[in-house]
Amino acid sequence: MTRFLATRVAQSVIVLALMSFAIYALIGLMPGDPIDLMISADPKMTPEDAARLRELYGVDKPVVERYANWLMAALGGDLGYSRLYAAPVLDVLLPALGNTLILLGLTLVLSLAIGLPAGVVAALRPYSRTDYAINLFAFAGISVPAFWLGLLLIIVFAVILGVLPAGGTETVGGAGFWDQAKYLVLPVANLTLASVGGHTRYMRAAMMETLRQDYIRTARAKGAGRARVVLGHALRNAMIPVVTIIALQFGYLFSGALITETIFAYPGMGKLIFDSIMGNDFNLALVALLFATLVTLIGNLLADVTYAWLDPRITYR
Amino acid sequence: MSTATHSQGMFGLALRRFRRHRLALGSAAALVALAVLAVAAPLVEAALGVDSSVVDLFNRFAPATAAHPLGTDELGRDVLVRLLYGGRVSLLVGLVTALVAAVIGTIVGLIAGFYGGRVDGLLMRFTDGVIALPLLPLLIVLAALDLEKVGLPAAFVQSENVSLYRIIAIVALVGWTTVARLVRGAALTLREADFVLAAHAQGAGALRIMAVHILPNLVSPIIVATTLSVGSVILLESVLSFLGLGIQPPIPSWGNLLTNAQELIWTAPALAFYPGILIFVTVIAFNFLGDGLQDALDPKAMEGR
Repeated sequence: MTRFLATRVAQSVIVLALMSFAIYALIGLMPGDPIDLMISADPKMTPEDAARLRELYGVDKPVVERYANWLMAALGGDLGYSRLYAAPVLDVLLPALGNTLILLGLTLVLSLAIGLPAGVVAALRPYSRTDYAINLFAFAGISVPAFWLGLLLIIVFAVILGVLPAGGTETVGGAGFWDQAKYLVLPVANLTLASVGGHTRYMRAAMMETLRQDYIRTARAKGAGRARVVLGHALRNAMIPVVTIIALQFGYLFSGALITETIFAYPGMGKLIFDSIMGNDFNLALVALLFATLVTLIGNLLADVTYAWLDPRITYR
Repeated sequence: MSTATHSQGMFGLALRRFRRHRLALGSAAALVALAVLAVAAPLVEAALGVDSSVVDLFNRFAPATAAHPLGTDELGRDVLVRLLYGGRVSLLVGLVTALVAAVIGTIVGLIAGFYGGRVDGLLMRFTDGVIALPLLPLLIVLAALDLEKVGLPAAFVQSENVSLYRIIAIVALVGWTTVARLVRGAALTLREADFVLAAHAQGAGALRIMAVHILPNLVSPIIVATTLSVGSVILLESVLSFLGLGIQPPIPSWGNLLTNAQELIWTAPALAFYPGILIFVTVIAFNFLGDGLQDALDPKAMEGR
């Protein structure tokens, strides 16, 4: 297990290194560079000044060399300065990461708490009316554009009913736990509605597959009750593929978070990435994208561990 | 002659099974209706006697009338006709992107499944890696790239349709994974089949076996996966266009028709409703259709039910 974990961690580090170079190179291909921004801020600057500055900051060097410089600085703890927020990148990033983890955590718990039982119930009576209704709901969840669902939630709950705030994290001046909780309701609801369909479908498919196995028939034949067969024998085995898929979907969930955060003006990683790319804040965009990748990779790693815990047949030698 | 009857029998069987799937059938009908309406957008425009590209500021947010069945938008343009033109673009981009993605996915899956072993391991690790990435943030970066810096000619970069080609390219770049995995799985079983062994024995090359012997047997999974991915492609296109990074106005798409919707939420909530419901209906219809096709084309489904 230790060896398996070490290999997986090493793989993740390699992926992260490759991604950091890819993202660095891509960001270099976006319109404008830091010197262009300085020129637009100072009309007195001459082309010679600009050329001097480019040389001074190394912007004119080849991408591999610039990346190497960035990497050395980053490994030394210097991730640069955010142009948009006028603060060190990490000072901007960490609160946003916290906000996103709250959003994703609550969503995942809610979505699994609804989706997994719904999937099991549907699988127990395939092609029945209940199954049909759950399926319809699941398909609707998979197919709805998350940003539009967010708009609808705002229209209904903030504009028409006026019971929940349309965006932000807390009322100005009136902070407090319940106040902040009110601001989380719509974003969490939005992201949950957009992800619960997938979880329901995966659970249903895995459960149906498991219930067809011989050992289920054996359990029934030896007289085990329905609840015992489903919960004791089938569920744990059916969970194995579901856990993998949920983990693989972590990046997908993160994409959903970007949409939700942008719609509800929720200051998390997704909104930060979007704003930093739109605002030419290269340092911030680069590190934020890498953090997003890192969070996803950690999610995948956790899944592997859970996988081993759920399925003792896997020994990972 | 015997082969003809046989394939007809298979096709008939699939058709019968597909017809039982009422949701898929309804979805197919809805999609055909939507496509016909979208293609007929200029006719609808002429029939209503409106011009959806003309700005009429004296006629903003007009309620539904005979001339404007769904009213007008913030610039006084007819909402219905603009929705239909948007549908043309969104449906076309969705289909073309899904096809491009299917070609990439088929090639990757075919190579991985046919060669197996180390090639398979490498390609599938790569596929899993792409699936696990936070795709939307990366797509936003790709959509924000300066195409002239990438090395494309300036004339192309400044042309009006460049946002269409860009969105097709970048969404296809991440959308091929579903097809690749399904094709790989099927190809992995097929490579052990006797007729492939026979082809090997007769001295057929790898390319010939893949193209002539394996590919035709992969048609069902490819059709199913492509249909299913049209839905996710349309969703990705719409969110990127909504964020202002996909299809650029004046070309209308269902996504960019919603770009201003959030600011107008107090004045005209209905404007935020129509494009979204069309995206929703289209995507869910493609998903039902894919599901129905899967049940109909999958030989394993014959025993069940």
